[in-house]
Amino acid sequence: MTGTPFDLQLLNFCAALLLLLSFAMLGQRRIVTLVNLLATQGALLLVATLLLAWRTGEHHLYVSAALTLALKVIFLPWLLHRLIRRLKVYWDTEPLLNIAGTMLVGLLVVVFAFGLARPISALASTATRNAIGIAVAVILLSFLTMITRRKAMSQVVGFLSMENGLFFGAMSATYGMPMIVEFGVALDVLVAVLVLGIFFFQIREQFDSLDLHHLESLKENQPLNGRETAGSTPALRESP
Amino acid sequence: MKPFEILTQALELIAALAAAPLFLGWVNQCRAWLQNRRAPSIWLPYRGIRKLFHKEAVLADNASTLFRAAPYIVFAAMVVAAGIIPSMGTHLPFTIAADAIALVGLLTTARVFLSLAAMDIGTAFGTLGARREMMVGFLAEPALLMVIFVASMISGTTALPAIADNLATQTLALYPSLAFTAVAFTLVLLAENARIPIDNPATHLELTMIHEAMVLEYSARHLALMEWAAALKLFNYACIGFALFIPWGVAAGGMGPVALLASIPLLGAKLIVAGAALAVIETISAKLRVFRAPEFLATAFIFAVLGLLVHLLLGA
Repeated sequence: MTGTPFDLQLLNFCAALLLLLSFAMLGQRRIVTLVNLLATQGALLLVATLLLAWRTGEHHLYVSAALTLALKVIFLPWLLHRLIRRLKVYWDTEPLLNIAGTMLVGLLVVVFAFGLARPISALASTATRNAIGIAVAVILLSFLTMITRRKAMSQVVGFLSMENGLFFGAMSATYGMPMIVEFGVALDVLVAVLVLGIFFFQIREQFDSLDLHHLESLKENQPLNGRETAGSTPALRESP
Repeated sequence: MKPFEILTQALELIAALAAAPLFLGWVNQCRAWLQNRRAPSIWLPYRGIRKLFHKEAVLADNASTLFRAAPYIVFAAMVVAAGIIPSMGTHLPFTIAADAIALVGLLTTARVFLSLAAMDIGTAFGTLGARREMMVGFLAEPALLMVIFVASMISGTTALPAIADNLATQTLALYPSLAFTAVAFTLVLLAENARIPIDNPATHLELTMIHEAMVLEYSARHLALMEWAAALKLFNYACIGFALFIPWGVAAGGMGPVALLASIPLLGAKLIVAGAALAVIETISAKLRVFRAPEFLATAFIFAVLGLLVHLLLGA
């Protein structure tokens, strides 16, 4: 460790903080804080990209840094905050597992991700190849965030955090994707969030809530608060 | 070097015994300032201990020998622990016999006797406090061990003085793993020393108390020893933190008596900053429900394990 140059140490530190933020998101119940954490993750990604661009002298990394700043640090968090205010969803309901349990599962996921990334790191030739494991872990932890949440809003935050992880993975494995791919992904994410924002309003209009378990039932005449009452009211449904 | 080692050891023990109540007084003073109260004197813990030593001890009728012996055992465990921790110099005669795992064992011994003594009298409060203490303890201990293991893996030894020696003398490097474990250690420190998110040190006779519930039946010299031991525990934890995360300034390596003398004001400065930081943490956070404590300590454990994993992956 003492042999590695200081900028690489800083990069590794950024990587570790990204992992930390993923865990913070996994354990966070308040949606506003979740969005703030996402913005912080974007900012860290920006710092890491700038450091890497300065270190390697690859100019296209400056462009992706600018893209990160505009999209992930400023625009998307602003958009999500606006949606939260208009939809008035401030808290997620208790996640499927309790927080401590989710965190422990997350720990196993990290071990799995590090094991998974080991052969990839061995193949890569970049200076940041050790951080690939962290990128995979961030992606899988974002998956876990999406799986354990009920509210559509937190799932979108999980989705965006997963995109951050993918970006970081590409950065540490090959010093970033080709420019055209990066632009394409950025546009995709932007459009996805805009479309999902419209979805939120539709979902709320239909079910009076953003809780996604309402979407699990296919029948139209199912009672609104599905699961609990679904089993107990067959007689009610048969009568015209 | 042998007399020098013994001198270092003696100096550390005297400093720990003398400075522990002062450190507690400093934390209380900072807390009072932050909460817009008039601060009590920084010497108040000393006066409390002196006053208690002059009083007549009252024991419950059904108190056993264990109840009488516990204050001495707890106090002795804390003093021995203070002897293992390198707060001023890293050349300690105890190093060969006791490493960080033995240190955790000592802290656990103190906890077990404290809890047993609390249950001995058979009052409802004592039993309640003892149970809660054991719950907090069994969750905090693995986290503390994990924190120590990360530092051990970096230095290649489990002896605390050797770890501090190694970290203090090598060239400056950023250790993400140590940053993670520093957070975990702070959480463990708060939980183990009955500080605010888990327990409120300023309460007597409240349903949520943990530490105070256990020492409720003690009086006079027994209580004085218990309170002194609690202050020593806080001091010890602070010094473990210094040894692991900011070891600069201890008389390390082949440094002589001058470095040892220089380490005294440095330790004082570290304690002042740490005490103020502790007061800030306690002021800005609210006390958790007892049933939230496992979540709090699970977070500490996860931070520590993450530190370990990050160390394995990044080699840092």
